[in-house]
Amino acid sequence: MTTVLRPAAAAKATGQPTRKRRVQQGLRERLAPYAYIAPFFLLFFIFGLFPLLFTFYIALFDWNPIGEREFVGLANFSELLDDPRFWGALRNTFSIWLLSTVPQLLLALGLAHVLNHVRLRAAAFFRMSVLVPYVTSVAATTIVFAQLFDRDYGMLNWFLGLLGFQHIDFTASVWGSHVMIAAMIAWRWTGYNTLLYLASLQAVPRDLYEAAAVDGANSWKQFRHITIPALRPIIVFTVVTSTIYGLQIFTEPLLANPVGGLTCGAARQCQTLTLFLYEQGFGRFSFGYGAAVGVALFVVVVIVAAINYLLVTRIRSERP
Amino acid sequence: MNPAPSTTRRATRRRRPVNRLPLWVYALLGVMAFVSVFPLYWMFVVASTDSATAYSLPPHVVPGGNFFHLAGLVFDIVPFVQALLNSVAVSTSIGVGQALLCALAGFAFAKLRFPGRNTLFLIVVLTMTVPAQLAVIPQYLIVSKLGWVDTLQAVIVPGLVSAFGIFWMRQHISSTIDDELMHAARVDGATTWQIFWRIAFPLVRPAAFVLGLFGFVNAWNDFLWPFIVLKSPERYTVQIAIKALQNSRDIDLGLAMSGSFLATVPVLVLFVFVGRRLVQGIMEGAFKG
Repeated sequence: MTTVLRPAAAAKATGQPTRKRRVQQGLRERLAPYAYIAPFFLLFFIFGLFPLLFTFYIALFDWNPIGEREFVGLANFSELLDDPRFWGALRNTFSIWLLSTVPQLLLALGLAHVLNHVRLRAAAFFRMSVLVPYVTSVAATTIVFAQLFDRDYGMLNWFLGLLGFQHIDFTASVWGSHVMIAAMIAWRWTGYNTLLYLASLQAVPRDLYEAAAVDGANSWKQFRHITIPALRPIIVFTVVTSTIYGLQIFTEPLLANPVGGLTCGAARQCQTLTLFLYEQGFGRFSFGYGAAVGVALFVVVVIVAAINYLLVTRIRSERP
Repeated sequence: MNPAPSTTRRATRRRRPVNRLPLWVYALLGVMAFVSVFPLYWMFVVASTDSATAYSLPPHVVPGGNFFHLAGLVFDIVPFVQALLNSVAVSTSIGVGQALLCALAGFAFAKLRFPGRNTLFLIVVLTMTVPAQLAVIPQYLIVSKLGWVDTLQAVIVPGLVSAFGIFWMRQHISSTIDDELMHAARVDGATTWQIFWRIAFPLVRPAAFVLGLFGFVNAWNDFLWPFIVLKSPERYTVQIAIKALQNSRDIDLGLAMSGSFLATVPVLVLFVFVGRRLVQGIMEGAFKG
């Protein structure tokens, strides 16, 4: 009996089960990639992609948090286009974005050029110090800047007064509040962009600068003819990311003007699109209208991205 | 524009020091460093005096001895200890979660072949260009359907992954781990999981660490989303606690500044210890996430 059973038992112990296990193993190996990306895509779908698409849906309704909803078609959008508050928010967003991005990136370029210098002493110290703003929280930064820009007691106005200028009411005026908020943003991101540029510059052979210096090129010429061309791709990148970040400014205008609250002042002088979205969605609980603002923000981002793209390809074709 | 320098030029270069930085460059850098650090210093000055001094002109720029008094008030007015603990819990979970989950998915995208790989990765990259803020209303609806409003997981779970993180880890894994090594491990009978956990992850741990740091700092400083989903004071993160302080302050600036300073200190301490690695990480090509 044992001799009859043995081959089967042996097969059970080695051959067949091993093959079965190998098949299982193979299946598991083939499914492994999906298992590894599953956590990401699960969370990404629930909290990222689906909400994005759902925004377009909600925007077609008169929808409040209690769950009452009524299909209104494109009414939210036509209301939005007639809403001066929306156009104001759009203008403010662009104005703050330009005022912060342009000086920020120019300053970062210059700083990176200098920080990349062969003979710079204490380079590590300067690099670390320009990154301090990046790790400081936006909420904290905003409160400090609001004080420094205060009309009556702010250090900046005190200094302007010493130079013989009139005090500027930064929070109450359109340009003043935009400049103040732009300063907060630029303060926070300049060092960060500097380090990005510096990273690209490290790939440029140092001999190039030394040789240019020997040839009599001054620092400005070196900057124009070596630094800028080397950085072109990363400049494009920072322009795009600063745009995306700049179009969603929220915390700065909310906290910069504590009296103004969600409107950022009585005249909505510094209310950005995201703040307007928040005001409609969570201040007044009209989710549909707020979602319409979200869709508008999306359209703006797409348009700006397209313009960026066109400009970039143009620059490329002009300078092969 | 720049041919290789001739030998004679090279000889001249060796003899005299070229390209020395003028003093005014150091002066400008000094001004930049000052501008970078001054607002933080000013925060501490106001936080350590009272608000009357904060409003005195000319400005009073020396710290006073009032810091502990004001800090004590901060802890009295808002549950600040709880807020600090909440922020630590949220930021640590997000930092660790992003480092692990993004490394895992980045590994799959960099080193494994499977149908749909390129399409899925393209989706990841495309979402990096869409501002997340515009979808907050449906995000809020989903979180409230899950019954998570006013809980910390409402902040943690959506933050556990980031498209940028996957992009970043994929770059590092494909440039660090060569296929030979993977192949050798496979011949030795290692499973995909073992290859990831025993070989790939240890090799890219520095990159994962920097990504985790970014996740931590961003989560610590995040405002909009916690502001939307956290309602009761005992759930506040420090940023929301600052805002609450600002509301209840009756223009008591010293108090708001103390709160801000206390919320900034943990990140500053972290920065002192890991700043060099963070700088290095950004310089290696970390982009805004």
